[in-house]
Amino acid sequence: MSFAASERSAPYWLAGPALLVFLGLVIIPLGMTVLLSFYDWGQYKGIVPEFTLKNWIEIATDSYFFEVFLRTFRISILVTLACVLIGVPEAYILNRMSPGWRSVCLLVVIGPLLVSVVARTLGWALLLGSNGLVNQGLMALGLITTPLEFMFTETGVVIALTHVLIPFMILSVWASLQRLDPQVENAAASLGAGFFTIWRRVILPQVVPGILSGAIIVFALAASAFASPAIIGGRRLKVAATLAYDEFLNTLNWPLGAAVAVLLLVALVLIIVGSNRLVERRYAQVFE
Amino acid sequence: MSHLVLEGLCKSYGAAVAVEALDLKVERGEFVSLLGPSGCGKTTTLQMIAGFVGVDRGRILLDGGDLASVPPAKRGLGIVFQSYALFPHMTVAENIAFGLEMRGIGKAEREQRTLDAMALVGLKGFAERYPRRMSGGQQQRVALARALVIKPALLLLDEPLSNLDAKLREEMQGELRQIQRSVGTTTILVTHDQHEAMALSDRIVVMNHGRVEQIGAPDTVYGQPATAFVANFLGKTNTLAAMGDGAGQVDVLGFRVPLAGAPAGPVSIAVRPERLTLAEGGFPARIKSRVFQGSHWLLGAESEAGTLLLMRPNDGMPVPAEGEAVKIAFAPADAALLTEGKAP
Repeated sequence: MSFAASERSAPYWLAGPALLVFLGLVIIPLGMTVLLSFYDWGQYKGIVPEFTLKNWIEIATDSYFFEVFLRTFRISILVTLACVLIGVPEAYILNRMSPGWRSVCLLVVIGPLLVSVVARTLGWALLLGSNGLVNQGLMALGLITTPLEFMFTETGVVIALTHVLIPFMILSVWASLQRLDPQVENAAASLGAGFFTIWRRVILPQVVPGILSGAIIVFALAASAFASPAIIGGRRLKVAATLAYDEFLNTLNWPLGAAVAVLLLVALVLIIVGSNRLVERRYAQVFE
Repeated sequence: MSHLVLEGLCKSYGAAVAVEALDLKVERGEFVSLLGPSGCGKTTTLQMIAGFVGVDRGRILLDGGDLASVPPAKRGLGIVFQSYALFPHMTVAENIAFGLEMRGIGKAEREQRTLDAMALVGLKGFAERYPRRMSGGQQQRVALARALVIKPALLLLDEPLSNLDAKLREEMQGELRQIQRSVGTTTILVTHDQHEAMALSDRIVVMNHGRVEQIGAPDTVYGQPATAFVANFLGKTNTLAAMGDGAGQVDVLGFRVPLAGAPAGPVSIAVRPERLTLAEGGFPARIKSRVFQGSHWLLGAESEAGTLLLMRPNDGMPVPAEGEAVKIAFAPADAALLTEGKAP
């Protein structure tokens, strides 16, 4: 009896240490942040641990916060779309390459992840500046007469974030492409389907799970990205992450910063779970 | 004019020759099998007909027209793949209707033809099922229906039964043959399974190392193998050392039988185990082993002409004991003169 009982409790004991770490490093700080967002704060009195909805009311009523959150999600959606549009064909091409070339190209694809985020973003700043390589090139080609504004614009942030996050999309789509029956394209061709029909009707529906998981990763990372928006977007172009940072470290209004962070987290979870449900229901058959 | 003509078909991958100078004529409605061990070029040949693999040299003519410049999507061939290659995100009906949809056939006719095809392969009532929810045999039927519903000029079967268990495979063989007869589509089957090839085909093309060893009806190829490779690949066989007299007779340790075309000097002849009989007047041998198999006995014998395998029906006649000296004979018609295989 006691042996059976200990046998049954063994998994819990084994999972215990990891669970403890998770609890200590994720759940407790998260709970404290949520709690903090309900605290009061004043220029002279600092953080006062008494319950108030002040921060939340401020976020809800001040259009500035709405604007920042709107921009954050607009950037995230654009980055996600760009990653899908570029990453899916790239994964397909990668999948059809000979093994030798594939490993070379995979390294190139994963490249951005191997470079420090700050160095990479500063590189983009050099390229995208008004005297940067991109503008100089375009002007030399005569395509534009005055430099395009990339720095401190959403376009610049979207470009830099797409570059960083596209490996996640490619790897995730590639994984689901590898599960495809290699003969399925031939089968569709033999039945009379052309290249684009095969893509639209046969391949794409089957890699939807890969696109979805890639999109979730990309969206979540883009929405919570800090370094790229901070460097390319600068102080004028605030997103949720840089806003929370400023509240914490510049204004020292920790409770308001906490409220922004919690709102970002909740919004992300809701959007991701919602879109996941939607896509899974639409493509139920490929998710088994 | 033959329905399908392969003329001097060649294909190599780098230095490796996959198919070498393959000639084949297939008549309308015929069921032809490409049979051989893996790597013999049979699948490459099928893929060249389908258009998935380019042709190095030679021509593929369908109804007299060269297929070289026709892309796979325009060839109008029905193909059943080894893995079935069904579309997992589509129902059975959608899978089968896909080819009709690509041909721009109207909804009403499409539905009718899909239903007919499902009835043909015995899948009535499975329209809304997804392939993943079906057994291997059922998936196989879906693949067959999907290939047949477009009324293809040719039906190409790439090892279609190799993923089924033995019992189901036998069932499907019978059914496949019957369906092919009823729709009358010219069919080419690629297989490494000699039983499958013999059970299904009108003619068998035995291939080895990219070359054709023999083309003929199953009983001819089995009974009169042209080369040592064919004799050994199709069923069990005995190869006997004999001496030709140059006048149409061969001599096996004193047992003389007429054999047309036998040259003078030492020759090899093949006789199937079930065609060797124990008879006075035959050549001497000694029984080495005997194994009971229910419907028959397998006897191993040793003679100066070579090691022999005999199959004796379990018909109540006494069976020689191990170590017993016997005389072995065969009818002239049961012996095949072996030429050396062209390939190494």
